[in-house]
Order: sequence, then C-alpha cells, then structure tokens
Amino acid sequence: MNLRNNQYIEAQDVTRPLPRLPRSVRRRIRSATSSSHLIMVAAAALVTGLILLVPYYLVVRSLNAGQAAVATMVSLRTLHLLGNTVLLAAAVTLGATALAVPLAWLTIATDLPGRRLWSILVALPLIFPSYVAAYIYASTFSPKGLLQQLLSPLIGLDRIPDFYGFPGAFFVLTLITYPYILLTVRGAFRHLDPSLVEAARNLGLTPWQAFWRVTLPHLRPAIIAGALLVALYVFRDFGAVTTLQYNTFTRIIYNRYLSYRLDMAALFASILVILTIVILLLEQRSRGRGRYSRLSAGCQRRPQPASLGRWKVPALIYTAAVVTVALAVPLATLLYWLWRGWKNQQVVSGFGTMSDNLTSLTSLLEPAWHSVSASFLAALLTILLALPVTILVVRRPGRLSRLFEQVAYAGFALPGIVIALALVFFGINVVPSLYQTLPMLLAAYVILFIPQAIGAERASLLQLSPTLEEAGRSLGRHPLAVLRRITLPLIRPGLVTGALLVFLTAMKELPATLILSPLGFNTLAAQIWSNIGEAFFARAALPTLLLLLLSSIPLTWLTLRDTHE
Amino acid sequence: MTALRKGLFRTFDHTRSRSRLPWFCVGLGLVLASISLVACQGKADLAIGAAEVKDVVVEPETKSNQLVIYSGRKESLVRPVIDQFRQATGIDVEVRYGGTAELAGVLLEEGENSPADVFYAQDPGGLGAIQAAGHLVQLPANILEIAPERFASPEGDWVGISGRARTVVYNTETITDPAMQLPEDLWGFTAPEWKGRLGWAPSNGSFQAMITGMRALWSEERTHEWLQGVQANEPVLFESNTPIVAAVGAGEIDVGLVNHYYLYRFLSEEGQDFAARNYFLPGGGPGSLVMVSGAGILKSAANQENAQAFIEFLLSAPAQQYFAAQTFEYPLVDSVSTVTGLTPLAELEGQAADIALTQLADLTGTQELLLDLGIID
Repeated sequence: MNLRNNQYIEAQDVTRPLPRLPRSVRRRIRSATSSSHLIMVAAAALVTGLILLVPYYLVVRSLNAGQAAVATMVSLRTLHLLGNTVLLAAAVTLGATALAVPLAWLTIATDLPGRRLWSILVALPLIFPSYVAAYIYASTFSPKGLLQQLLSPLIGLDRIPDFYGFPGAFFVLTLITYPYILLTVRGAFRHLDPSLVEAARNLGLTPWQAFWRVTLPHLRPAIIAGALLVALYVFRDFGAVTTLQYNTFTRIIYNRYLSYRLDMAALFASILVILTIVILLLEQRSRGRGRYSRLSAGCQRRPQPASLGRWKVPALIYTAAVVTVALAVPLATLLYWLWRGWKNQQVVSGFGTMSDNLTSLTSLLEPAWHSVSASFLAALLTILLALPVTILVVRRPGRLSRLFEQVAYAGFALPGIVIALALVFFGINVVPSLYQTLPMLLAAYVILFIPQAIGAERASLLQLSPTLEEAGRSLGRHPLAVLRRITLPLIRPGLVTGALLVFLTAMKELPATLILSPLGFNTLAAQIWSNIGEAFFARAALPTLLLLLLSSIPLTWLTLRDTHE
Repeated sequence: MTALRKGLFRTFDHTRSRSRLPWFCVGLGLVLASISLVACQGKADLAIGAAEVKDVVVEPETKSNQLVIYSGRKESLVRPVIDQFRQATGIDVEVRYGGTAELAGVLLEEGENSPADVFYAQDPGGLGAIQAAGHLVQLPANILEIAPERFASPEGDWVGISGRARTVVYNTETITDPAMQLPEDLWGFTAPEWKGRLGWAPSNGSFQAMITGMRALWSEERTHEWLQGVQANEPVLFESNTPIVAAVGAGEIDVGLVNHYYLYRFLSEEGQDFAARNYFLPGGGPGSLVMVSGAGILKSAANQENAQAFIEFLLSAPAQQYFAAQTFEYPLVDSVSTVTGLTPLAELEGQAADIALTQLADLTGTQELLLDLGIID
C-alpha cells in the first residue's frame, strides 16, 4: 500500500496540488491533529503547573517580608554579588564550551585512538557533587596542597599561587559542568548528516573550514542548550563557590536560611528566577529562524570518522589532559584518602569499628540501591514530562510555547533547598498523604532537572524534519501514533542524552533528597556529605567511588551500544 | 522521491523502533506502577520489587512504637547512638538527616503538621527559631533535672546534649611555643603581626555564637572594634571549621578560630604528625566559649513518650560516654568524664564564666553586626 501511494506521489508534478483526499478523511486528520495538539498543550500545562508551584511559593513567602525588607534588598552589596554570579556564569560557560565542543567532536567523529573509552571517561566528571569536587581540588591545588608537596622537591616552591576565589571557582565549575555541553553536542552529532560535510568538502572547503561553516552551525542548538544548562548551574551552585571562597548570589540566600528568615530567602531567590527568565528570553530571541533538519531524507549511513593525521598526537594529549585533571586527579585523591584512613586504622566505611569493616561495607548497598532506583525513575519521568513542552516549542513555536519553556526553566537556577522548601510548603498544606514520599521526591527531581531533558530533546527534535511526521499523518496514522512510531524513535539520541543527564545529576542531588525523601531513604550523596562535612575523609571516599562506578555503568552501556550500531 | 522512500524505510530499519518500544513501555509502566503503589500507601519506604511497604499511619491513642527524629547533626556523628537507642528500646526510629538551618526551615514550613517528634540540632540557634515559632513543648522535670541548667533553654523546652568549645588551632611548625607566641585572649589577634595569618568562618553558626557571647562579655563597642581589627588583618575566609583545620595543618595559615573537636578527626585520620594542635587561650572569655548541641520535642509530635525516652537516653551515661570517646565532645553529665588530654569543662567554664544561654540568644543582632561590617553577605 505504501509503495503504491509513493509511486503515485512520485508521478505528480510537484507544483500541482495533490489530489484532495475525501472530505471524511480530511476531517479525521484535522480533528486528530487538533485533538493531539490539545493533549500536548494540556500535558505541557500540567507539567508547567507543577513547576509554577515554586514561583508561587516564593511570592507567598516574600509577601511576609514586608516593605522594609525590599529596601534592604536593593543594596550595593546585592548588586555586587549578582555581578559576581553573572561574571562567573559567563566565564564558566565560555570555558566549558571551549573544552567540550572539541572533545565531543574528537570522541565521536574522528579516528582518535581508543575513542570509545575516552568518550566514557570525558563525560564522568559530571557526577562529582560540586562541594566534593571543590574540596578535592582545594586540597590538591591550595597554596600548600598536594601539588605543592609534589612540586617542592623539584622546584623548591614554598607556596603556589592562591587557588581560592574566582580562579578556583572558575576552574572547578568548568571541570564539573563541561559534560553538560559535551553530552548534548554528542547527541546532535549522532544526527548530523555526514553528506553535508562531504558536500562542503567536495565544494573545496578544507576540513577546518567545513567544521566552522557546516558542522558548527548545525550544532548550534545543542551547544546553546548545553551552555544554558551550565550557566544556570553556576547560578544555583552553592557548594563549590563557598568551599572556594568566592561569594556569589546564593551566598545571600543561604545566609538568610542560616538566620531562619525564610521570607527574605524567598525574596532573594525570586531575583534568581527573574534573572533566569531574562537569560532565557535572550536565548529564545537569539534562536532566529534557522532550520536544522534536512529537507530530503538525506543520507542515513554512519559518518566516516575524520582522519586526524598528524593531529592525532596533540588530540590524544588534549583528551588525556582533560581526563587527567577532571577525573584522574579527584580519583587519585579519593584513593589516597582511603589508603591513608586504612593505614591509620580508621573505619573506612559505615559506622562500626575496624573489625566489622567488611560487614559495614554492605551498609553502602542500601544507599546505592536508593540512589540508583530514584535517579532511574527520575530520568524516565523527566524525559517523558519534558516531551510535550519540547514538541510544542519546536513544532508550534509561539507565545504560549515560549511561556511554557520559560516556566520550565524557572526552577533550574534555584538552589535545591529553595525547591525543596517550596514542595514542603505545597506537600504539607495540600497533599499531606504524598508528603515525604517517593512521588514527592520525584516531583522535586522533575522540577530541578526538566530543563536538562528539554535542552537535549529540543536539540534532537530540531534535526528531525517535520515532513516525516507529516508523511505519517497523511498516511492516516493518528498523531499520537506518529509520535510513538516516528518521532520518538528518531529523536532517541536526544531522549537518551536527556535521561542520562537527569540520571547523573539526580545521583548527586543533595538538598532536595535530604528533605523530601521518604524517612530512612539514605542515598550515596547523603553519605558523602555526612562524612566530608565532619572530616571523615576515608569514609567519604568509598561512597564517592561507588557513586562514580554506578554512574559509569549506564554511560558505558549507552556509549558501547551507540558505537556498535 | 525514490530517495525519500528509501530514506523513510531505511530510517525505520535503523532505529529498530519495534524492538525499543516495549522497553520504553516497560519503563513507563514501572514509573507509574511505583508511583501509584507509593501514593496509595501514603508514607511508605521505597521498596520497588520487594514491596515491603510499612504502614506509618499515626494512631495517637494506642501506645506507639515509632519515633521520628529530625537530626541537624550528621549521620556520621550520631548514628551509633541512635542505633543503640533502637536496640535498647525496640522502638522503630526513623531519622531525617540534614543541616540544622535547613531542617529548622522545614520545621517552620511544616508547622503543626510536622511528622517529626524530636528536633536534634547542632546548635541552639535552630532550636531557638523553632521555639520562637512556638513549636516546642515544655520538657518534663525528670529530663530537665539530668541536664545541667546552664545548658538548657531557660523556658525548659530544649536541653543541651553535648558540648564543644571554641578554641584556637595553630600550626605546630610555625608556632612552636604557643604559650609565648599566641596572644592572651582573642583581642590579641587584632595586632598587625597576624596580618594574613588567621582563618575564620564568619557565616558558621558556632562562630556567630562566639560573637554573640563576645557582645555579652565584652560589650557591643569592643566587639565591633575587635571585628574591625581582625578584618583589617585580612583573615582568610572559610565556610566551616573543617577546611580551617585542614589549612592550618597544611601550613597555609598559622592559626584558625574553630571548635575544638575537628582537630581530633584529623589526628585520627592523618596520624599524629598532622601539624596542628588546639590551644585554649589562657585569658578565656569568648575565645573559649562552650556551646552545646541540643534537642527538643515538637508540639505536633505523635510519639511524645518515645521522644522523651530518646532525650533521656541522649543524657544517659552510655550516650554521653560515646560523645566523649568517639566524637571528642564534652559530655554534659557530671558522672561522665572528658577524654584525656582535653582541658576539663569546669576549667573552661571558669574562664568563660557567667554567660547564660539567654545571652547567646540574640543571633539576629550578631548577624546584623556582621552584615553591617561587610563580613558576611
């Protein structure tokens, strides 16, 4: 049947309109399309409604603060810290982009030796909770840290330059956030039609020119989606910047919690929401009208890996250097902590004595299971709930879609504690039966992480030509069936990237997990925090290593699968 | 157009949509099933697969076997004590761990509907905030009798559990003779010789309690002068006590203003050659202020009796011994002695004498002072 239809279409002169389908069929298509559109809008409204609870809470709480509070809010100090935040976010975003785009290209589109292994390793730094990374790097690169101790016999440096402040915060945040861009860009690379670059090469461009003029513009939505995630991550980060002694805006919010002024904290947090929306507006404006999908079906084979030639060694050095600094250094520090604790007869795991160290090792199994299962559910739920918003934003751009997207991002720049308290407020007052249950925790994860899924899905959907979906609909399929049979399978790289990002970040999430999880729901991230904060470094090392191991499993599996296909 | 057709078919071949879809549906089903499972059961443990769902519906009439603790003290510190209590009484204890300030925020939001019975806080500040909102009950006389009066709330709605002292941690390589090289009391750190050598953590609760004590002992003006004097010496800023001790041990700074017990963790983990030791300034005063962790019972508590039993247990000899021996804190009960090598509490108390907890209550005043001076944000 398909064949015949296609032949029929083929015979037509393209300029002449297609013969009209019978009226009843047309009506069915139209009503199915509009009803599916309505379903999408309703679903997106439901999702954004959940997220709107956060701004709603902030407004309710801020109203308690009174006018005097608003007066104290507008001060030079506030502006200064806001400036610090914006400066750091801009620097980290640029740094992470510069680091991630070449890595994404090297690990997916070239003949870099061992690229499958590299492509797993370069994504792993994402899983370090920022306070852990900050603590590790501070103890390595501080004026008299591990590095100085290693260097002093060689070059006799008594003290290395200060790492604290802006340089340290920039360094650490860049290293733990670049995988956001790396992963979204890699998702887009999978979709890139190799014939585009080949055509460009045939037309006389050098590989370098082809990269700048063909590949890079096509990766733009993915790069921007990742960069946005990085910028907003810096906005909400508290752990890294405080450990590295660089004051940003979250400092103000957090100090209000330390003085038990929930109203003032909410007031300051609203500023972050406004800032996020401003940034998103700028980003939405910069999108322009470019199309990223191919018009024809294009070429469906795997791209030939680009030959690096004499650049192989520099490329290898670059990749290895990033992996060394971003992964091997923290890993070595963790192992050193473990070894040192072992040597000094410390309990390296759990809470028992040395003699029952082995049995207490099993005490990590439960937190590990909690971390993995909750993060897995969060990943599935989030990519699912992100779909309606993404589809509307890409396929039905307009004021409503833009609004949905803005709301979806509203919570992403907020420290986890703010989101958690908003859900406490909502849970205890409206749905007490759900309070501090797994669904509540998952709701918090969705609010916290949905922009990651939207960013990844959007980048993928933009590369999928709507003509394929239209073809499916014109062949009589219901739009929801088209979504299931055509759209979802074809944007799989985006879905996978989104799920992976959510999984990895949910694994390390702390403030919302501590507050909203069911009672006794211990996670690895909580174990790490509980030990590092009280200087039990040896005990902190084991859950951190386990977190790293468990996070690398889905990453490895997906990477291997993708390169096999 | 042939290309289109081919493309379409190839696309389908490549994505193997048929084989993936079931997986997606299974995952989706799993999500929905587990959500509905947990949602129906109200509060339940996560037990996907194992379906080990506990019924936590609270029935105040019957004698309960439950206890819910919100602990602002970290699991790594207090879990052994809580485990002991669970074993000794057979009570089903559930604990929510978090930062003291965060949990206080949660309790304030939860108000009368809080599922918590006991709030076990790292510092009096968090308890004070909950008390001010009227969420704590008056503790029974038998509990107030065990705990020293000096370390309990004057209203009798929370008690101190274990003590820690403010102290100076110094690097043993640069400061070989602390009695000679370190000042008589905190005031000495305003001298220019300490420029760039001191570390502090002004946003930390213990530090702020020390400043509150200083205001009470030294007067507002002198505290103001001291803060400005130290600020002029460009102290190195830290977030909490742990990194200060680490930095002193590494020799990045010479001295730090900290709580006494962090040093012992480093000594046991890094060995005795860790280059830092504590020094209690002989002049005493706010520099060796004794502070407490504390616990109170919430008005909304469904398990009042169990909550009281827990606080009694925390003040019993085994628990106090644990704090002395394992967390290197000061036990607050007379019958239990401090770990060897630690300046006895009585001696310190003599130095920081005559400061009641009520005088440490004005945390807001301290924070405003620190804000005004630009020390915190």
